[in-house]
Amino acid sequence: MRTAFIRSVMDLASRDPRIVLLTGDLGFAVLDEFRAKHPTQFYNVGVAEQNLAGVAAGLALAGHTVFTYSIGNFPTLRCLEQVRNDICYHNADVKIVTVGGGLAYGSLGVSHFATEDLAILRALPNMTVVAPGDPVEVAQLVPQIVQRKGPVYLRLGRAGEKAMHAPGVEVKLGHLTQARAGSDVLLLTVGGMLPVALEAAELLADEGLDAEVVSVHTLKPLDGEQICALAARFPVVVTCEEHSAIGGLGGAVAEVLLEAGIGPSFRRFALPSDFPRGVGSQEYLRKINALDAPALRGLVLSLTGAAGERGGRSAQSRFAARRSG
Amino acid sequence: MVSRSNSSHIGTVFSCTEVLACLYGSVLRVRPDEPDWIARDRFVMSKGHGAAGLYAALALRGFFPRQRLDEFCVDGGTLYGHVTHRGVPGVDVSTGALGHGLALATGLAAGAMRQAAAPPPPPVPPVPRWRVFALLSDGECDEGSTWEAALLAPAWKLSNLTVIIDYNKIQSLGRVDEILPLEPLAAKWKAFGWETREVDGHDIPALLDALDPERWVPTDRPRCIIAHTIKGKGVSFMEDDLLWHYRSPKGEEYDRARAELERPV
Repeated sequence: MRTAFIRSVMDLASRDPRIVLLTGDLGFAVLDEFRAKHPTQFYNVGVAEQNLAGVAAGLALAGHTVFTYSIGNFPTLRCLEQVRNDICYHNADVKIVTVGGGLAYGSLGVSHFATEDLAILRALPNMTVVAPGDPVEVAQLVPQIVQRKGPVYLRLGRAGEKAMHAPGVEVKLGHLTQARAGSDVLLLTVGGMLPVALEAAELLADEGLDAEVVSVHTLKPLDGEQICALAARFPVVVTCEEHSAIGGLGGAVAEVLLEAGIGPSFRRFALPSDFPRGVGSQEYLRKINALDAPALRGLVLSLTGAAGERGGRSAQSRFAARRSG
Repeated sequence: MVSRSNSSHIGTVFSCTEVLACLYGSVLRVRPDEPDWIARDRFVMSKGHGAAGLYAALALRGFFPRQRLDEFCVDGGTLYGHVTHRGVPGVDVSTGALGHGLALATGLAAGAMRQAAAPPPPPVPPVPRWRVFALLSDGECDEGSTWEAALLAPAWKLSNLTVIIDYNKIQSLGRVDEILPLEPLAAKWKAFGWETREVDGHDIPALLDALDPERWVPTDRPRCIIAHTIKGKGVSFMEDDLLWHYRSPKGEEYDRARAELERPV
């Protein structure tokens, strides 16, 4: 995702000199090519995130489209008041880009886990919140983010994620992007959980359950209409996010579903409101924090049973019918 | 304004009145009839709690009618107790939380430098390099973010940036030298790479001289003016008294203050 972002922003910067990239002294090797190609559009403000946000707002108010780049919590939580007052209140054209969303920096510890960012940034007025699920989404969303004037938070994973979508897929900012069609269970994902949900869908297929997987890359503004229309078709809806269960995708989806009176069997597949345990790779941390595909499979299976008890033609009953037939 | 709305911060307004008068009366290149003129000088009132002073200066300079000052901090009004850009002609940036203004000013100054160094392609016409002025309180020098920007502006050679510190030596809960001493303040800014000057912040000719960048020896550094001021200046019973960071003058107090301020100098 990181690589797709840099490619895309380099391309945009070569066409528009008003696009500038500011880093808070992070991005070793990653930003080298940008700096070499666009030296007058690259700034390193040093290890000073409050200044990063404030200077970015000033440059934006002086007519620029400004990208700030750093790790998870640094250009967001560290300088939250600057993001709120200087960027959001002025509706400044600043795109805050972070790498290491969720547990991507698995071995670096809690300081580097971005696990509350979506909830906190989502609450800010004027802020658009985007967390793509794979490099295909990143490449298509970055130009749309530049088109959309005003503050954007773009949460990326790391480098080396595989493409999850077919090459021809069209990804539109503010809309949902389907990654797998299904009929029994709806899995909504944000950010890097897209591959986990797709893997879980394969595991569920082995159980005779057909899961639809949809990437909600744009968490705000949330396409509530499309989410309600989708959710109305499924007895079981699970939101999947590498983020606290409080206030992220799960919270956002629950808000629109409850207000629309749509009541599927609903769960948030997310981290508890606690600091994640363990040290190691992202895959290892997902496993021990019950955020991997087998854990998601288990949660869905427990729900399809519950949905069956509610009566009607639930996923579990369809599942049972299929097994016996 | 302050008395009518029963609001606070009159002492801090009076400590920077001459600075604001010099800026809006003489120094700033602005067009009241075209507040968004692209080449305008930018002013950042980092000490946003001095809003009443800024709004008065803007009204006197012609950005909006003086009657609008009646809308300060009252129910149904449009002028907030901390500086806001929303719906107020002539205000570029909102402030209120301390320690934000210098970073914003640094970005605005860098933006002017970029415009000049790498002008946008035609048909966008090139814009002359505007200047940026930021007024900070001494209390704001407690904020780490102020010093983050103070490090950066000289590194980026922002010679179009001038900072004025309203050094009235009283902060929110007491005297600066008893809470978090700033001395040697001028030496700190010098050490950070700023052209630094100390002036009497109530001496108009001295302020006019210091605020005009063309009256400094040309360098590639930003400028810092430490304006030694008195909180509540101009009203004998308010001067140098913390109480008037909070209290709103009423009745006899208001009449006495007004009489003292209107007395010919």
